[in-house]
Amino acid sequence: MRFKKMVAGLAFGVSVLAANAASAVEIEYWQYVFDSRVKAMDQLIQKFQAANPGITVKHTTFPYAEYQTKVAAAVTAGQGPDVVQLFYGWVDGFLAGKLIQPLPKDAFPHDKIESEFFPIVTAMKRNGEYYGLPTAVRSLALFYNKKAFQAAGLDPNKPPQNLEEFLAAAEKAVKRDGAGNIVSAGVTLDMAGQDHQWWREVLIRQNGGVPYTDNDRKVAYDSEAGLKALQFYTDLQTKYKVGLAGFMDEGQAAFKAGLAAMTIDGTFRLGAFNSIKSFEWGVTELPADSKGMRSNYASYFANAITGKVQGEKLEASKKFLAYITSPEAMDIWLKAVGELPARRSAALTSENLANPIYGPFLKGLEYARTTMFVDEAAQRQVAIDMVNRVLIQKQDPKASLAEAAKAEQAIIDRAAK
Amino acid sequence: MTATALPAKSARAWDRLSLRQKRVLWAWSFLAVPILFYSAIRFWPTLEAFALSFTNWNLLRPAAFVGLENYKRLLADPLFWQVFGNTFLYLIIGTPVSLVISFTVAYYLDRVRFMHGFIRALYFIPFLTTAVAMAWVWRWFYQPVPIGIFNAILTWFGIPQQPFLRSTTQALPAILAPAVWAGLGFQVIIFIAGLRAIPTSYYEAARIDGVSEFTILRRITLPLLKPTIVFLVVFSSIGFLRIFDQVYNMNFNDPGGPLNTTKPLVLMIYQTAFKSLDMGYAAAQTVVLFLILLAVSLIQLRILKDR
Repeated sequence: MRFKKMVAGLAFGVSVLAANAASAVEIEYWQYVFDSRVKAMDQLIQKFQAANPGITVKHTTFPYAEYQTKVAAAVTAGQGPDVVQLFYGWVDGFLAGKLIQPLPKDAFPHDKIESEFFPIVTAMKRNGEYYGLPTAVRSLALFYNKKAFQAAGLDPNKPPQNLEEFLAAAEKAVKRDGAGNIVSAGVTLDMAGQDHQWWREVLIRQNGGVPYTDNDRKVAYDSEAGLKALQFYTDLQTKYKVGLAGFMDEGQAAFKAGLAAMTIDGTFRLGAFNSIKSFEWGVTELPADSKGMRSNYASYFANAITGKVQGEKLEASKKFLAYITSPEAMDIWLKAVGELPARRSAALTSENLANPIYGPFLKGLEYARTTMFVDEAAQRQVAIDMVNRVLIQKQDPKASLAEAAKAEQAIIDRAAK
Repeated sequence: MTATALPAKSARAWDRLSLRQKRVLWAWSFLAVPILFYSAIRFWPTLEAFALSFTNWNLLRPAAFVGLENYKRLLADPLFWQVFGNTFLYLIIGTPVSLVISFTVAYYLDRVRFMHGFIRALYFIPFLTTAVAMAWVWRWFYQPVPIGIFNAILTWFGIPQQPFLRSTTQALPAILAPAVWAGLGFQVIIFIAGLRAIPTSYYEAARIDGVSEFTILRRITLPLLKPTIVFLVVFSSIGFLRIFDQVYNMNFNDPGGPLNTTKPLVLMIYQTAFKSLDMGYAAAQTVVLFLILLAVSLIQLRILKDR
């Protein structure tokens, strides 16, 4: 008697579970841990679930250091997320491992993507297919310390607009002690930060060159332009002495402590700089060259659908991906994280453009470039070493540049194998 | 049915065993637990690493056998040889320096009666501190003015400030210093224990004969400390060959830099495996590290133990 009851209960339970499974789809979303991003995504998921009662989204996060490894291991093993966040520079690796699938054209028509998003999303395009779309994008700008500008006799409301003014401002703002040691920098020099992007995509182009050719698969900066760009950068320390690599450990630390008048950094630094209480700071576009030409570097984390997702999970994933790349989601993301919307219409509103902080970053997006890294960490290291050879070992910039070009080409060639 | 038959059968088999056999069986059944445990989480992955070193696995696509390709690449990689040299520099500078300092401290501390325990505790505290926290504090010590304490002292005396971690020649010793300092407490304790284990009658006899303190040290103390010294040499050598935390954290934005002059093998393995995801190549490096550790330990045991 009791046994029969148990069986009946069990059968009922199973049928309820099965019924639930039929009516509700659960998909899993992965991103790395960054407090404001996690909170913003939780908010988006809540709104998405309210609008799509049949779908639940499980949000899983990992520390950034182990994120890529975890995603690769899990997806290869046939587990893990349905929708995943990935850095645009990882696409080739993820594609080689079949970790992600092309975005279905019915939900994400190409002409719409190309007309509505900033052109940098083409970094997610391979063999005529888009493999992901970003919610938000990041670009670079020049941060300047208004208090230091004032103290140096510079107009805090007229930040430098070209490289000449930039250098002049740095020379005026730098402070040294009796022995000539810098005690407050005119500009931060931190190749491990964003300076390598500034050199690669901005300074080289302003000197009339290109960093790469052939879809960023051939290093092209071992040229007159590359040399001039490198020279300009290292001269800031060796000739003009307006900055010192390693000063205050990191560029952003020096700026945050009020010991640097200017620093080049990205939108992702806004959160950290917003906590500065001791001085007022401003943002302006990266300096133009003497002819007024500007460039910028933009990057982003895109959202993609993983390789093995199909059936109703795929349908749910499409809906979710469409939502988190919608103008509404981008607006929420901008307010919560401070990262710029990836759609023109959501980004270039008159309200955003007039914003003294977002404005310069948004203007930068219009002419920004995106380097197609094969191994961002290794390629960044090449640039760090190139500058270190000149600054520490006093190597001739031309030789150092040639060595860097060779080393980076080897990294790219190895990845292509 | 079978369920009842089995115990009866095995009980009979158990009864047939002699006491000695039973004891052996018991011993092995207990030993089996750690053996299985270690085989599963230590030895098996080690063997896997050996196998991986012959593949081109990069985490994203399935592994393919490439033979000795990774080892050939390693031998032709100038970075590997630089890193190889760095690793030995850590060992060759670190081990003797730390042993000499810790022996000197232990030798004199052994004679101090006043606040002996307290002083010994002071030496031991750095050993208890997290390497990462310590590395970050030392990293700030080495900064240029206005925040670096060492450079502040130098400029105060009118000496030009030094680049320390930003120099290709000073960075390695600068990183080694906190590593030596942190390990000192442990070595001092072991040395004191070794010194205490030497029978005082030897010293008394020597003093009655009027032998100088230096001769006592050279002829009695050091020879009788040999087992302690062997242990510490092997132990600290392995430690310096595996140095990682200090290096990684003290040049956090350019780990192993500047220009790879402080990069030890373990850090190269880490970067190859988890930054470039080049697992096969990293496994080959691991095998090389394993062979180095094995060789160094065997040589040291051989040289120091005999005679």
